[in-house]
Amino acid sequence: MEARERLQTFEQTVLPHLDAAHNLARWLAGNDQDAQDVTQEACLRAFKFFGGFRGDNPRAWLLSIVRNTFYTWLRQNRPPVATVELDDEAFEIADPAASGEALQARHGDAEAVRRAIAVLPVEFREILVLREMEDMSYKDIAHLADLPIGTVMSRLARARKLLQKHLAREYPAGGPS
Amino acid sequence: MNCEQARPLIPAYADGELDTVHILELETHLPACPACTRALQELQQLKKSARQESLYHPAPAALRRSVLAELKAQTRTEPKRSFWSWLRLAPAFSGAAIICLAALLTVTLNRPSAHDQLTQELVSSHIRSLMASHTLDVISTDQHTVKPWFNGRVDFAPPVKDLAAQGFPLIGGRLDYVQNRTVAALVFQRNKHIINVFIWPGIAKTSAPATDSIRQGFNLIHWSQGGMTCWAVSDLNQTELLEFARDFAS
Repeated sequence: MEARERLQTFEQTVLPHLDAAHNLARWLAGNDQDAQDVTQEACLRAFKFFGGFRGDNPRAWLLSIVRNTFYTWLRQNRPPVATVELDDEAFEIADPAASGEALQARHGDAEAVRRAIAVLPVEFREILVLREMEDMSYKDIAHLADLPIGTVMSRLARARKLLQKHLAREYPAGGPS
Repeated sequence: MNCEQARPLIPAYADGELDTVHILELETHLPACPACTRALQELQQLKKSARQESLYHPAPAALRRSVLAELKAQTRTEPKRSFWSWLRLAPAFSGAAIICLAALLTVTLNRPSAHDQLTQELVSSHIRSLMASHTLDVISTDQHTVKPWFNGRVDFAPPVKDLAAQGFPLIGGRLDYVQNRTVAALVFQRNKHIINVFIWPGIAKTSAPATDSIRQGFNLIHWSQGGMTCWAVSDLNQTELLEFARDFAS
């Protein structure tokens, strides 16, 4: 009986965030099948640890489990990917020559944006997804990803800069060619 | 404010994470600076494009069903096999079965079952207190409010201490039920961790706090003071929990 009550509470507090869990897993894993496996595994883990959950942010809690599950899965299933070294040209505008319309075009094309986000290194991609798609605060992201808040901000800045660069490449300053 | 100072603030501004003072400074600078205004617009455009609905991947219905089915399967108690059906299998593995049975019996007989039951009950009470938002019956950080609250509710006077100075603020107390009796539960906090201290009259002999066991990832520490048996249960790490118990017992 107690187990049934536990499941009921879990269904009411944690499962409403299944969409968020799947979205994060999908952006991390990059394909539907792996995303579903990671999400399912994360939900089962979450249920197992649900007794220890006491916070007021079940979504962030579930997402942190999704993230951990993904990295465990990644270690087991894929050879380590070389970390991308990025140069840090501070506060440079991606493409000063782009006209307003060119900007509009490059950002309005969902497919282009999807491709540009998908090729971001995973440690930048996850921060961008959590910030823009889940609308999480710097603080919540820092807590979720177990990173200092300054690292969250710098990764977010790099993610955005890379994204801008990718989009600028697809839509050069003169508009789509 | 000049561009060099303004530019690093733009992301936090666009993300709604900037404090009021800096917002005001930045908003004074922006109208006067086309370059910064442009950087802000680009960022806002980028944010908008990443937030397009078609980029979001909600969980497919099939996944939702499969997660629910799996969870239900896990909570369903396994049907018990009758003794006789096991016995029928015995000839097949007789040798191994007997050895296993003997081993199992030895383990079962050697187990301090009363102690196990107690620690299991304590951990369950701790977990229940976290889940059911029934952590507290009396919410107070004042030991002089919490201690009298137990008067007339339990037939003993539990020691109550505020350890805020040591980094374990008291947040309240409640009644709990352990080992077929009503016990006092004091609730303390360490950062985000909750510590439940269960107290009831017991051995008169005083013993110093010592780590008793770890159950389901929770640490249990046991001691006695002033004729009371005390148990601290928490997901806090062992070292800090022990430090807490020593502060409480001293």
